[in-house]
Amino acid sequence: MATVSIRDVYKSFGDVKVIQGISMEIASGEFVVMVGPSGCGKSTLLRMIAGLETITAGEIAIDERVVNDLEPKERNIAMVFQNYALYPHMSVYENMAYGLKIGGLPKAEVEARVRRAADTLELGALLKRKPRELSGGQRQRVAMGRAIVREPTVFLFDEPLSNLDAKLRVQMRAELQALHARLKTTTLYVTHDQVEAMTLADRMLVMSMGRAEQIGAPGEVYSMPATTFVAGFIGSPPMNLLPGRVEEGGEALVSAEGVRMRVPRAIPALAGHDVLLGVRPEHLEICETQSAMLAPNIDFAELLGSDLLVYGNLAEQRKGARIAARVAARLHPAMKAKNVRLPLRFDAENMHLFDPSTGKRIEDGGSRTPVAPPTAVPASSRA
Amino acid sequence: MIEHRPGLRIFCHAMLLLGVATVALPIWITFVASTETAERMLQVPIPLVPGSHLLDNYYTVLFKGVEGASTAPVSRMMLNSLVMALAISIGKIAISLLSAFAIVYFRFPLRMFFFWLIFITLMLPVEVRIFPTYKVVSDLNMIDTYAGLTLPLIASATATFLFRQFFMTVPDELTEAARMDGAGPLRFFWDVVVPLSRTNMAALFVILFIYGWNQYLWPLLVTTQENMYTTVIGIKRMIPGGDASVDWNLVMAAAMLAMLPPALVVLLMQEWFVKGLVETEK
Repeated sequence: MATVSIRDVYKSFGDVKVIQGISMEIASGEFVVMVGPSGCGKSTLLRMIAGLETITAGEIAIDERVVNDLEPKERNIAMVFQNYALYPHMSVYENMAYGLKIGGLPKAEVEARVRRAADTLELGALLKRKPRELSGGQRQRVAMGRAIVREPTVFLFDEPLSNLDAKLRVQMRAELQALHARLKTTTLYVTHDQVEAMTLADRMLVMSMGRAEQIGAPGEVYSMPATTFVAGFIGSPPMNLLPGRVEEGGEALVSAEGVRMRVPRAIPALAGHDVLLGVRPEHLEICETQSAMLAPNIDFAELLGSDLLVYGNLAEQRKGARIAARVAARLHPAMKAKNVRLPLRFDAENMHLFDPSTGKRIEDGGSRTPVAPPTAVPASSRA
Repeated sequence: MIEHRPGLRIFCHAMLLLGVATVALPIWITFVASTETAERMLQVPIPLVPGSHLLDNYYTVLFKGVEGASTAPVSRMMLNSLVMALAISIGKIAISLLSAFAIVYFRFPLRMFFFWLIFITLMLPVEVRIFPTYKVVSDLNMIDTYAGLTLPLIASATATFLFRQFFMTVPDELTEAARMDGAGPLRFFWDVVVPLSRTNMAALFVILFIYGWNQYLWPLLVTTQENMYTTVIGIKRMIPGGDASVDWNLVMAAAMLAMLPPALVVLLMQEWFVKGLVETEK
């Protein structure tokens, strides 16, 4: 159990800046998921904490001890790799015991720890097997076992589930949760899968282009995305982002095509400003024509079983912003017709506003208590 | 191929048998000759069934040597050959493993320069650099020593290059996992790299053993004493020039003995050899 402090960390490979100033304090026992698209630097950040990459600038401390210049083995951490990285010529037992053996632990203690980990992960019957004789899920468990036996203060996971099939992934996700609940070890977990991030995380760090877009609990990130990037990355399908200029009086937005979008809560303070109106597809509901805030022209629909996803454009003839809405599946036949205008409304608490030039969230002083998201991104470091 | 025409089958088998006969007949004749007396070998036609002097002949070449030929007994020469082949193959594998390990896993100044330096030696086999090499070996007083016989042949890049290519296919995560486990470079080398290279080492051993055993030119140059000759040179020495009669039965017996160890190595290590060439265990 340890805290991890990431203090204004930078990383460059030659001229390429991979991490551009990230800070985060991770509490002892916390499960933090770093999530972002490929190439956003999340794995690099994890590898810097592991000690596999050098730190260009800034400081990483584990339990208040700065580890910038420490070898991985001196950091008292354990890492699980995406491709498991088991030693192919060693048995499961030897794979788990190897680090302890090097550490000079007495044989009996090594044996006891490996047995305990094997029991925890239900690997008892497989201890004599070689990695190539195991299935993907079993290999994953061995990799976790190798991390557990070291009894580290921090676990690092680098996309550990991405080589598994969908069913196994759900199962291993549950096991990971159970494991964390039992061991209560500080865990840092990298993934590009938002479902993994949402389900596992105590807090998540959403990254893009080497920067922290938002740090917060999954619910907070979902309900109050700090930037348009987060709004688009978390949630499936992504949040609708509709550009427009706020009318006099703040009752509605007018898009570039001249389409009027009514908002559920007047925003007079923003009158005359260009904004991005964000609404999640699942928060749009069908209503009477006269009370409609948006009335997109629907051009196609996807039936998901329980729900129906309809897609359309705000203006005529496939012009104007794209908009998606999640509606009840029974409406499917009605959506088959061409050029249906679907009257939609949404609640004030589900309205998000963003500044189109910076992509940042605008707190409009609405009914919600404005929470300053602890993004810890200094304004000066943003382009 | 799935073909069921009997004609084709017969043809295929005939071709295969012909191929086998082409390869096997000289060896058979060698074997038959090694079981006959010297007189019988001078008569026409040459015998095609084994005679009754097998043990005599082999005993003679192994422990007494051939009369009139300026060589040591074959047992001594086989020992020389064995030492040379083993030293070359083991030495080469050991040096190559280490140098490939250094080149692949460490970032040191002039790394690529050293790699190319090693690589360039591929273009300079022993035959090309034979005079300078000879000069060096003789200046170091290594004529007629095992060191002189083997050292110059150990220094070459083939195996280094092979191991380098193999190491580069080992996933980086394995190296990183070992670092996380606290294994230092040498520990990683012994516990992970060497065991993973086992099959490659075995395949290389077979190739290098045969290469070392069959060396002719270099041993011919650096050995001047009979008791340092290798088998391959010895056989040539058993055939005196001029009008002197040749004991073909004994020469053939020596040839059979010379063929034996490489064949044994291939037979015993066949499984590993094939694995090393085709399998990647990662």
